[in-house]
Amino acid sequence: MSRILLARRKTLGRRQFLGLGAAGLGAALLGGCDRLSEAPSFQELLGSAEGLTYRVQRLLGGRRTLAREFSAADLSPDFKVNGTHAPDTPAYAALRESGFADWRLRVDGLVVRPLDVSLADLAAMPQKTQITRHDCVEGWSAIGKWQGVPLADVLNRAGLQPAARFAVFHCADMYERAADGTGQYYESIDLIDAFHPQTILAHRFNDESLSVGHGAPLRLRVERQLGYKQAKYVMRIEMTDRLDRLGRGKGGFWPDRGYEWYAGI
Amino acid sequence: MTLLAAAQSKTPAPSRWMLVHRHALATRITHWINALCVTVLLMSGLQIFLAHPALYLGQFGADSDRPVFEIGAEANQAGAQRGFVRLGSAAIDTTGVLGLVPNADGDLTERAFPRWATIPGWRSLALGRRWHFFFAWLFVANLAAYYLFGLINGHLRRDLAPTREQLRPRAILADIVDHLRLRFPKGEAARRYNPLQKLAYVGVVVALLPVMILTGLTMSPGMDALLPWLVDLFGGRQSARTLHFMTAGLLVLFVIVHLTMVLLAGPINGVRAMITGKLAISEEDDHEPHSARKA
Repeated sequence: MSRILLARRKTLGRRQFLGLGAAGLGAALLGGCDRLSEAPSFQELLGSAEGLTYRVQRLLGGRRTLAREFSAADLSPDFKVNGTHAPDTPAYAALRESGFADWRLRVDGLVVRPLDVSLADLAAMPQKTQITRHDCVEGWSAIGKWQGVPLADVLNRAGLQPAARFAVFHCADMYERAADGTGQYYESIDLIDAFHPQTILAHRFNDESLSVGHGAPLRLRVERQLGYKQAKYVMRIEMTDRLDRLGRGKGGFWPDRGYEWYAGI
Repeated sequence: MTLLAAAQSKTPAPSRWMLVHRHALATRITHWINALCVTVLLMSGLQIFLAHPALYLGQFGADSDRPVFEIGAEANQAGAQRGFVRLGSAAIDTTGVLGLVPNADGDLTERAFPRWATIPGWRSLALGRRWHFFFAWLFVANLAAYYLFGLINGHLRRDLAPTREQLRPRAILADIVDHLRLRFPKGEAARRYNPLQKLAYVGVVVALLPVMILTGLTMSPGMDALLPWLVDLFGGRQSARTLHFMTAGLLVLFVIVHLTMVLLAGPINGVRAMITGKLAISEEDDHEPHSARKA
């Protein structure tokens, strides 16, 4: 009996020891994770997975695959307005007051013929309408109907110079006034997405003119990526060969703040 | 049970232990990489969940749609902020634990999960995603290696697949009784996994982990364009997100039971076996499995 009791007491002590050890190890691990999270080099290492994701998704048919299109019966009753609700600059207010009659989309950079396109010009071009699911990086989804002009048609009209690799979308909204002067919303996509048949410059949403909340007068729809790539209040499309000279160099407002540039995940 | 043990110890055989080869090197390496990945994926997943702590069914779901599950904070009738967890229409007060939790300064703040449960501890959806996707790749590669080695060296068939004998209702019932009485196999019986153990491991390896990967993939809009049928299989992206979270919950449950069993069955022997591959089994007991002896 005493042998059993002794054995039991010993096990208990061992268990307590292990429990304490595990708790200590856990705490060290947590602190370690937070310290690692703060280190820029470690953030870079974690971020390397994005390149792998991008290459694998492109390899597996990223040029051809289409985002699911839904029917009118699938529309979200209420499509959440997220990000900027209305740009607060006087220039945008003036455009808005005139019903965007004076608004022009500037297409420049590495193009053969820089363009200034009005809303009427866009409305006169061949239209594409699609009902798609919008996935926010936060986790929610909403289904909406978008009408606009394929970006490919606009880019073909301008003609690309051979060096062009990215389309950059400069927006009217100052999302954040950061100390380093950045904060103007912008986004960028590669030429695969730029010439994808579902990538459109949308000026209508759910059969009405695009509201200010959803990005009037024009927003990008790049349907196989997350919500923050769907740039609103697009003022200018710049074709470029590199992204490191814009903003903080990562190709978009949110990518500059740690989010993936390739938001297909 | 104590009486039985005492009766047995009346004829004390010299305690003889022998080391048997329990886990292949591939099993041990993939086990620990998997343990690391699942831990990081869980905690970075909770960080991601902080951004929108509500789950829906179907293709879409956002603020104005009705969630099936929600963690949050709201003012009660007295005007005080309370944390809550809501499943359907049933809600419970979880102030201090979920929904409304202490921040770094100890003040209650609106946040679905406490700091210690997330990677990083502070709120950062961007960093949570980086951790999650990096370790998701490692997790998938490691699981693929585990399957490959498991098929080649026979681990899956020999060690994990329950024998027909073990699947008989009586064997399972006896094993449940053994577990409830915390009677662990000794001697020869300790050389192989018992029925419940096998079913739990098989459930994790062929069901829960693959479901985590597949529901995770459906949250990628790029993958949805590539594999639209996968989204349909789970009933829409928001249903898949809900399943992702529920399956993570089942994995947490498994880990709790798994660690409890390791602690009860002899933590040093068990952990050592998963590191060195050698498990110490006693020869002093009889060589029959408990459940068989009972019958």
